[in-house]
Amino acid sequence: MMDERSIFSGGKTAAADELEPERYEFRARAVHHFDLQRRDFFKLLGAGVLVACAIKPVAARQEAGGRPSGGVGFSEPPLPQEISAWLHVGENGGVTVYTGKVEIGQNIRTSLAQAVAEELRYPIAKVELVMGDTQLTPYDMGTFGSRTTPTMNLQLRKVAAAARHQIVALAAMKWNVDSQKLKAVSGRVELTGTKRSITYTELLAGQQLTAVIPADDPLIPPAQWTVEGKSIAKVDGRDFVTGKHRYPSDQNLPGMLHGKILRPPSFGATLASVNAASFDLADNVTFVHDGDFAGVAAATPEAATRALNALQAKWNEQPQISNNGLFDYLKSNPIEATGFEGASKYEIGMVDKDLAAADHQLRQTYTVSYIQHAPLEPRAAVAQWSGNMLTVWTGTQRPFAVRTELAQAMHVPEEQVRVQMPDMGSGYGGKHTGECAVEAARLARAANAPVKVVWTREEEFTWAYFRPAGAIDVAGGIQKDGTLTAWEFTNYNSGAAGIRTYYEAPSQRILFQPTRYPLRQGSYRALAATANHFARESFMDELAHAAKMDPLEFRLKNLKDERLRAVFQAAAEKFGWKRQAPAPGHGFGIGGGFEKGGNVATCVEVAVDRESGFVKIMRVVTAFECGAIVNPDNLKNQIIGGNIMGLGGALFEKIEFANGRVLNAKFSKYRVPRFSDVPPIEVVLLDRRDIAPAGAGETPLVGLAPAIGNAIFQATGKRLRSLPMIPNGLNRA
Amino acid sequence: MANIIKLRVNGAVHPVNADPQNSLLSVLRDQLDLTGTKYGCGEAQCGACTVLIDGHPRRSCITPVGAAVGRQITTIEGLEQNGKLNPVQEAFLEEQAMQCGYCTSGMIMAAVAFLKTNPNPTDEEIAHGMEGNICRCGTYPRIVAAVQRAAQKGAQS
Ligand code: FES
Ligand code: FES
Repeated sequence: MMDERSIFSGGKTAAADELEPERYEFRARAVHHFDLQRRDFFKLLGAGVLVACAIKPVAARQEAGGRPSGGVGFSEPPLPQEISAWLHVGENGGVTVYTGKVEIGQNIRTSLAQAVAEELRYPIAKVELVMGDTQLTPYDMGTFGSRTTPTMNLQLRKVAAAARHQIVALAAMKWNVDSQKLKAVSGRVELTGTKRSITYTELLAGQQLTAVIPADDPLIPPAQWTVEGKSIAKVDGRDFVTGKHRYPSDQNLPGMLHGKILRPPSFGATLASVNAASFDLADNVTFVHDGDFAGVAAATPEAATRALNALQAKWNEQPQISNNGLFDYLKSNPIEATGFEGASKYEIGMVDKDLAAADHQLRQTYTVSYIQHAPLEPRAAVAQWSGNMLTVWTGTQRPFAVRTELAQAMHVPEEQVRVQMPDMGSGYGGKHTGECAVEAARLARAANAPVKVVWTREEEFTWAYFRPAGAIDVAGGIQKDGTLTAWEFTNYNSGAAGIRTYYEAPSQRILFQPTRYPLRQGSYRALAATANHFARESFMDELAHAAKMDPLEFRLKNLKDERLRAVFQAAAEKFGWKRQAPAPGHGFGIGGGFEKGGNVATCVEVAVDRESGFVKIMRVVTAFECGAIVNPDNLKNQIIGGNIMGLGGALFEKIEFANGRVLNAKFSKYRVPRFSDVPPIEVVLLDRRDIAPAGAGETPLVGLAPAIGNAIFQATGKRLRSLPMIPNGLNRA
Repeated sequence: MANIIKLRVNGAVHPVNADPQNSLLSVLRDQLDLTGTKYGCGEAQCGACTVLIDGHPRRSCITPVGAAVGRQITTIEGLEQNGKLNPVQEAFLEEQAMQCGYCTSGMIMAAVAFLKTNPNPTDEEIAHGMEGNICRCGTYPRIVAAVQRAAQKGAQS
């Protein structure tokens, strides 16, 4: 039986740690118990205080060890094995934070450092984050789904607060005063009402304290934040403008070789034979043929490419479907299974009856194409074996999952694999897997030398996974006064994120139907929330026109959720939705929604040239609210970046494929947004300091596509129901 | 196949062992360990690999290293002078014109070259002049602001 609550993440009731079904690339994870050896730790880091954040509830005696009351309890409790983050404040004044999260461009290295600096009451410049290193940091499922801010940010705040309490307790003991009389300020503890103060480092000299965070440690409320809530510059920004920062593809090791992989001519082809007779001897090529895998390694990328071109391979190919007919294929190939693999459904009321009884009834189909993440840094990995120990530097959003992948592929225990993730050239949900790491590791073992593999743009466009294409059928019924009475929504293949409607409708039938599909597919920034919002918010516009109502009024009439109403109203207000009518040839459109703890509404103005059909986006206004704002400048950066990325999928990005081959695997053939595509974008931030912060890397982009489509409709009377809406550039509406 | 080529990069001469047909990008990255210059496409479409050759912006991914012999090559690593950032670098920091930062080197190199030809650009001219550089994170508006800011710095100095 399917379980509605655990499958739909779109509803407001969904728990934060549920996974959406369209994360096809995920597999069940191996739970890793991290062995934190207390003594090793202090040996490594020196004296100070160490605070760990336990995933599982901590036993009472351990809690006692973490409680600073009266300065007792600094015994040596065993640390829990399952922890999500830890922090060390050293006697030398350095603060080191360990988290399995990774930096992929969302600036969490900065925002997490801010969280720690805030709670610890410590200068942010002295806070260092060790991230995404499977040997040094605690297990983490991965950096995706806008979960860093709601989870890790909170955990680190708690950890840092606990460390501060420990330090304050030390001062209380030293001065023999009540810790209530003490105040932590910028790395010092002060005795209120006196001039007396002492630095953290003086207090920590020679100490080896450990603590596990107590669940009820009071945090600094957002209203009193001094570091959080501020726009802090990227902590290591200078390394990025000087070219000094080393991304995964920039790792170079002594004696390192360069690897190239023999790719099949089409998806799913199997290797019948491969002949490696004609290598240039001078190139000193390492050649590996292992099942369907064939690859070479040589001293330079050019020599490796020469060797690759010298391989003669025969492949067994299978006929495959192409772009043409894709949506019919998806709709006629449902996967009939139960559980996570199969359909999931939400139903209330009597949809068929209410649809039939409605004054207006409408039915439409929307489609979305396959698109690629195309992160500017393609997949890259450097693998090095020393004996049976494997170390891999690679760009991934899930270093621990890649470790599992490597261990399985190379038949070694996970303990012998270390994955390190240098801050990378982004991912957008596209780098959850470790295929490039496995390729480098396989070649490195054969070559007995470190090997680097960097995918070419064509490889990244072809052999990475894609955002799933999908078809969405929507039906709705409304009364004469615009009250929505029935809602039916079926998504084929694209996914379930954001599938539930936030509009009130007494009767609803909402279905996610997985199907057989032609391309390797997986997560993408905002997942299916983009497709589902496109269909829902375009359809709401169609219903509004059927009811002869203003699209904003129609939405508000059927919307109770206060937070969502607030962003719709804020966006409309800033945009001037009611104050002005569009000029001739221009159109206004609105779209918005809720996903992953964030509320967004976007207003767009387009201008369409009647003669040429050229569409120009004149301006965009996006209102966004995701609870308390952690870093307004960075939040704006994310919202604008998300909208610009969303512009590509809305207007022109589309993977063309036929017979198992991608036909436009290049930037010259696959158009991504560029400077001149960017309209003026205004952001309205709603700061809800009474609500815990949620992430913002994804949701801001879901309102854009429907807002553009709705604006084009208003300008031209033409309804565009497929993403991308204008695939051949902006000149054919 | 010893094939020694002398390259003048960021003011210093480096002998490298490379086929003249090899791309300048791979020589910089793999032989000289100057990894600030990035690979993004290999077909002159994204600008991540932009370097200056005799002051002109060039796509190092499609530039044979042989064609750069005897010329002044400047990479992102060569912009900083005696610990002082180039005004464009400063402006990128001040505007926080990056997310993942992978496009940043190419953007800065393109901007340095662009401002030489147009020291007082409008925002539209900047967008037009930088059109060949892709930022997948969508930081374009900040990049325009950074180039504008650098232009103003240039005007003051
Ligand atoms: S790598 Fe040279 S332009 Fe893209
Ligand atoms: S900042 Fe990521 S590509 Fe530009």
